[in-house]
Amino acid sequence: MANEYLVITIGAILVNNFVLSKFLGICPFLGVSKKLDSALGMSGAVVFVMTLASLITSVIYKYALSVPFNIAGQEVNLKFLKILLFIVVIASLVQLVEIVLQKLSPSLYQALGIFLPLITTNCAVLGAAEINASVGRGVLQSTIYGFCAGIGFALALILFSSLREKLDLADVPLAFKGTSIALITAGILAMVFMGFGGLFNIT
Amino acid sequence: MNITLIISAVVLVSAIGAVLGVIIGVIAKKFAVEVDPKIEIVDELLPGANCGGCGFAGCADFAKALVENRTEPNKCPVCDSNAIAQIAGELGQSATEKEKIVAVVLCGGSNSHTKGNVKYNGVLDCKSANNIQGIKGCSYGCLGYASCARACPFDAIEIKDGLAIVHPHLCVGCGKCVATCPRTLIKMVPEKASVHVFCASPEKGPLKRKVCTVSCIGCTKCTKVEGEEGTVKMVGTLAEVNYDNPPTENIVDAAKCPTKCLSNRHWKQLRK
Repeated sequence: MANEYLVITIGAILVNNFVLSKFLGICPFLGVSKKLDSALGMSGAVVFVMTLASLITSVIYKYALSVPFNIAGQEVNLKFLKILLFIVVIASLVQLVEIVLQKLSPSLYQALGIFLPLITTNCAVLGAAEINASVGRGVLQSTIYGFCAGIGFALALILFSSLREKLDLADVPLAFKGTSIALITAGILAMVFMGFGGLFNIT
Repeated sequence: MNITLIISAVVLVSAIGAVLGVIIGVIAKKFAVEVDPKIEIVDELLPGANCGGCGFAGCADFAKALVENRTEPNKCPVCDSNAIAQIAGELGQSATEKEKIVAVVLCGGSNSHTKGNVKYNGVLDCKSANNIQGIKGCSYGCLGYASCARACPFDAIEIKDGLAIVHPHLCVGCGKCVATCPRTLIKMVPEKASVHVFCASPEKGPLKRKVCTVSCIGCTKCTKVEGEEGTVKMVGTLAEVNYDNPPTENIVDAAKCPTKCLSNRHWKQLRK
């Protein structure tokens, strides 16, 4: 049992890192990685939203979508609605959290700032919910997976933004300056993370 | 075609949508944060550059402080007097005049005027270059690796021939560049002062002259110009402009500075 959670944790953070081996959430990975400060803010917001979204979507999937029910003698299976519903639910959840945070904890609201609404339907957040649903994880496992996937995203983003801050000062050939050297770096970082693939394999 | 499936899908999705909509609506009403509408109006009038020159976290934070009466409109270095009067009017205060200040780099040692004895190949940043002795031969002068230019939110600093030059008509006086210079060459001065001593080296004249043809050699000629007494004073071997009582442009011709270190050349070149 404990072993299973370990596999989920290490798998989501290192082996199947969301950014560097699943290639989900590339837009914030490239967009918010110019400065370490904003990368930290973004990471915090992603961990927060992913955990919450995984929890809520797994509850909805388990108790509303995956159970076929009978209407007028016909069996109706609504599993195909999962992505549609996940987007709606995650988006409104983030809206809710934002409104409540602004009132109850202005300092946390300031810290997460613009990043909270930015990731409402980020593909990494949706991806975590979708993977949980298709693998058929329970509620607790899904929440842990969502949290760890967020941590994995944060790890990749913080590593990458630290590298980019150094790259800004480096004497890069003119043709590679800016985004192109960032993309090359991202590729090399992804290859480095492939090295974790030998540990064990889960989805 | 399974009509039951379609109907139940539509019903489920619209039901969840309606429930979420109602929840968000109720929560938004209940947790509404009341924002003073004045803050928004003042924020609109501010430049929105978020330079931090006022000492607050950004324009929005400054607007909030203004409305809460914690600061004064003229603390914004970017606003011209017109905008400040408008903001003050919005707050029901009377505007107070402020003097515009701009940054100036007190060094004239461009690459063609100096003689260095090392070639620097490291990180292209002044803080790093400052660790190397002998760039341009002077350990007090401008390094020219543009740390200040990168920090300027208004693109007012240009590196010309390895020397940082502030464009006074672009500079708003936020002072962000001052802290970035590892040799503390950048000074905030009143805009009306157009003559400066473009040297900050306290070394003896002949030593400076060896490595830089535009250094202040400490001849004291500029301190003895008639009609400009007290506007330039000597600090050791270095002449310094007294910015509380700045000299007029006449001093440049009258003093006949042998190295043309006392000059208004930047202002002449850069004025529109």
